[in-house]
Amino acid sequence: MLPVALLRRPGLRRLVLQARCYAEAAAPAPAAGPGQMSFTFASPTQVFFNGANVRQVDVPTLTGSFGILASHVPTLQVLRPGLVVVHAEDGTSTKYFVSSGSVTVNADSSVQLLAEEAVTLDMLDLGVARANLEKAQAQLAGAADEPARAEAQILVEANEALVKALE
Amino acid sequence: MLCRAKRGLSAGPSARIQSIRTIQKIAKSMKMVAAAKYTRAERELKPARVYGTGALALNEKAHIKGPEDKKKHLLIGVSLDRGLCVAALTPAGKEVVLVGIGDKIRGILHSTHADRFLMSFKDVGRKPPTFGDASVIALELLNSGYEFDEGAIIFNRFRPVISYKTEEKPIFSLNTIASSESLSVYDDIDADVLQNYQEYNLANIIYYTLKESTTSEQSARVTVMDNASKNASGMIDKLTLTLTVITKELIEMISGATALD
Repeated sequence: MLPVALLRRPGLRRLVLQARCYAEAAAPAPAAGPGQMSFTFASPTQVFFNGANVRQVDVPTLTGSFGILASHVPTLQVLRPGLVVVHAEDGTSTKYFVSSGSVTVNADSSVQLLAEEAVTLDMLDLGVARANLEKAQAQLAGAADEPARAEAQILVEANEALVKALE
Repeated sequence: MLCRAKRGLSAGPSARIQSIRTIQKIAKSMKMVAAAKYTRAERELKPARVYGTGALALNEKAHIKGPEDKKKHLLIGVSLDRGLCVAALTPAGKEVVLVGIGDKIRGILHSTHADRFLMSFKDVGRKPPTFGDASVIALELLNSGYEFDEGAIIFNRFRPVISYKTEEKPIFSLNTIASSESLSVYDDIDADVLQNYQEYNLANIIYYTLKESTTSEQSARVTVMDNASKNASGMIDKLTLTLTVITKELIEMISGATALD
């Protein structure tokens, strides 16, 4: 398994536009009321949800995509590039693309979704994603040694996920 | 009498006032620079805090504890290269290995604990720390292969209004987490997944403590420069007063001498 730290992709960086900061005060990670989920979703530079009560969250992990509802069994997972869909209590849903990260579901129904990089889909450009995918595939074909192959493989997977998310 | 007074003036308050004014100008401009850096640091700290709190949640909610007979310690001190506020490290006994983030830690502890340093990171603090920086640090730590029983990261947590508090957060080794009883609550965790998760979390914790320490540092600089500038003002006032007194005495002396003539 590759160290997650390798999952920083130059390709994704070029696609991401300036992220705006969301100001929130810090408190210890919130616990949830009975039957409720306390959902925290953040990247190092931006907070999307902080202790919010949402109905369901779909996350892409290394072992497959799964949906998290309140009272989900506690688990630790590592994310792979893909779509996170947050279903709010009122039925609306928002999609985010994440590069990598981790998700923790605790016994008290609190969920911490930490993404290395996360953006809403309107920040991404399908044309650029397709171009990056081709470049990544070329890089994989020309990779000389194991580390180079691994990096190229990651680039390809990330860009494939990006293209799939935007189509 | 006149000659004595003249000598006193050239080496006296006037020249000193000039030099203190210069110092005051420097202090004021350094304060402005620090204030700008502080504003940015505090702004970037807000999301970093939510992110860091999320990262630390597992340790706290799962009540993970280190093994009872803790033999090997790892202490990570987070500061900046030119630190005004430095997280105090007291490596006590046992086998303790130090990691310094920021040249200042290495500088302070070098004379007494040089042999205990596993690694030291410099070029910290000139630009605002990014997650990339934290990843680099985490990767080096993991690749060093040093296996520890218990670890802690010591940093300065920023507090409003413009103050900070040295704090310590525990860092658990992969073994400790994997064998922790409370972890069995978590469903079906693959060893590989757990390792990835832990490595990512180490970077998260380092990122968070870097952001807190940077904000504390810049806020301390603002305070120091502000004090320096105010002190300078105070000194200028006192010296101006002295100068006024001397000038008055001179005038009296001169008019007195003229009267005698």
